Amino acid sequence: MLLVRIQGCAAILCQWDWLSVAGAFSVSGLSHSYGVRRALDDVSFDVEPGQFCALLGPNGAGKSTLFSRLTRLITGTPAQISIAGVDLETNPRTALARMGIVFQQPTLDLDLTVFQNLTYFAALHGIAARDARPRIAAALERLDMAERAHEKARALNGGHRRRTEIARALLHRPQVLLLDEATVGLDAATREQITAHVHALCTDEGLTVLWATHLTDEIAQDNQVVILHQGRVLANATARDIAGARDLKTAFLALTGTETEAGVVSGPSPGAAS
Amino acid sequence: MNAYLTAMQAIIWREGLRFVHQRERFVAALVRPLVWLVVFAAGFRAALGLSINPPYQTYITYETYIVPGLCGMVILFNGMQSSLSLVYDREMGSMRLLLTSPLPRWWLLVSKLLGSSVISVVQVYVFLVLAAGFGVMMPPLGYVAVFPALVLTGLMLGGLGLFLSSWIRQLENFAGVMNFVIFPMFFLSSALYPLWKMAESSYVLFLICSYNPFTQAVELIRFALYGEFNAPASGWTALATLVFVGLAIWGYDTSRGKKRSLA
Repeated sequence: MLLVRIQGCAAILCQWDWLSVAGAFSVSGLSHSYGVRRALDDVSFDVEPGQFCALLGPNGAGKSTLFSRLTRLITGTPAQISIAGVDLETNPRTALARMGIVFQQPTLDLDLTVFQNLTYFAALHGIAARDARPRIAAALERLDMAERAHEKARALNGGHRRRTEIARALLHRPQVLLLDEATVGLDAATREQITAHVHALCTDEGLTVLWATHLTDEIAQDNQVVILHQGRVLANATARDIAGARDLKTAFLALTGTETEAGVVSGPSPGAAS
Repeated sequence: MNAYLTAMQAIIWREGLRFVHQRERFVAALVRPLVWLVVFAAGFRAALGLSINPPYQTYITYETYIVPGLCGMVILFNGMQSSLSLVYDREMGSMRLLLTSPLPRWWLLVSKLLGSSVISVVQVYVFLVLAAGFGVMMPPLGYVAVFPALVLTGLMLGGLGLFLSSWIRQLENFAGVMNFVIFPMFFLSSALYPLWKMAESSYVLFLICSYNPFTQAVELIRFALYGEFNAPASGWTALATLVFVGLAIWGYDTSRGKKRSLA
């Protein structure tokens, strides 16, 4: 039933031909240190246009640092980061314009309605209210949030707030979508829905997705998986190839040697952060 | 409309909405100077003899003297509260939206400053109306002439708050800044007493007061309220505005790569 709904939404959006231009994503030689502690060590990987790439790592692997670097919340040792063909270091503003971001931390203004939150975000990207209105309607429709447009963000549950944030990240029609542990703190059913939504964005509209997680069950067999551990890339292949004869979770635990640690689980882990 | 103006308009609009949603903040912003005007001034007027100094042409009551200082106080508190909201924003994550916008960061910060200045100016005008209700009137032209002085002061103090907010991670620390910034700035100024009175007590304090940018802003407002232009005061206030806003933009520049301030 979920699949039918996703296909239905995709059909609506395909008519409007948005998000149709795909963009690749690549990181090369990215290192970052906080004082003497090295959080990222020569991280390099590419994601093909329209691919869903899971950035899998236990807590503290460096995922959030990587996201902060990719979104320019922090800068540091120069590295080659290319977002849909635009170099982030030399042309940060164009690169940011091609990027949709969903942060791990909630970023909605709880006193504003869903619609107001989205209008505000659109304006920060230079989209005037008149042009933003149809985009907001489409994005909310896409995420099954249309009927909640005029509810205050405070009144929404965790899953709906997340969907609002994903809808918001699509307003400026990015080519690459980055999500940092977008399902943290959500129940299993909501987690599954949101994961399915984002997978659908990827397959239906050719959006390139970088999905940071520590939960292996959010990853499909043919997804690209980059395993990050202690700031280094341990593996970069499809989930199927990494798993081999085992399942992905077992392979991941074996690779990272975190079998005995509580950092990696296959279900929701409230408050987990990397 | 171009992208820059769209973003600026939205930031000012959100700043306004946030203010409307915080009704207690508005009430507090008005009650605070009124307490000073109605209670403190009544008790203090007997203790302080005022001589005739420009821009005053005649003997004035103490209430009349402190109105410009209280206008400054309204702006000072609002500027600091706006930056408090920035610290809060950053903790709540919505500052991230601002920082990952493709528009230049300095433009977004200046928009934020303008938003907080607009709110300061509205608060001051409401205060001036209430003060008039208590019998402290200014010349009619003064109410118009003071407008640019209020905007400039709003930008200066908002810039100071913005700069401080780029260095503060926790709200707890901000309380300290309130004590170490707001109170010294207010008391070491000409808001409550003319500086020649201060000089009688201590020359060092007099010097500190004279160089306090808040003193300059208060004098700018005081003269403007009487339709007069105080050139040195406006020069110093404008200079302080440039310095504070420049420092604020520098404070939010990621190229320094400090996780502390942004992530």
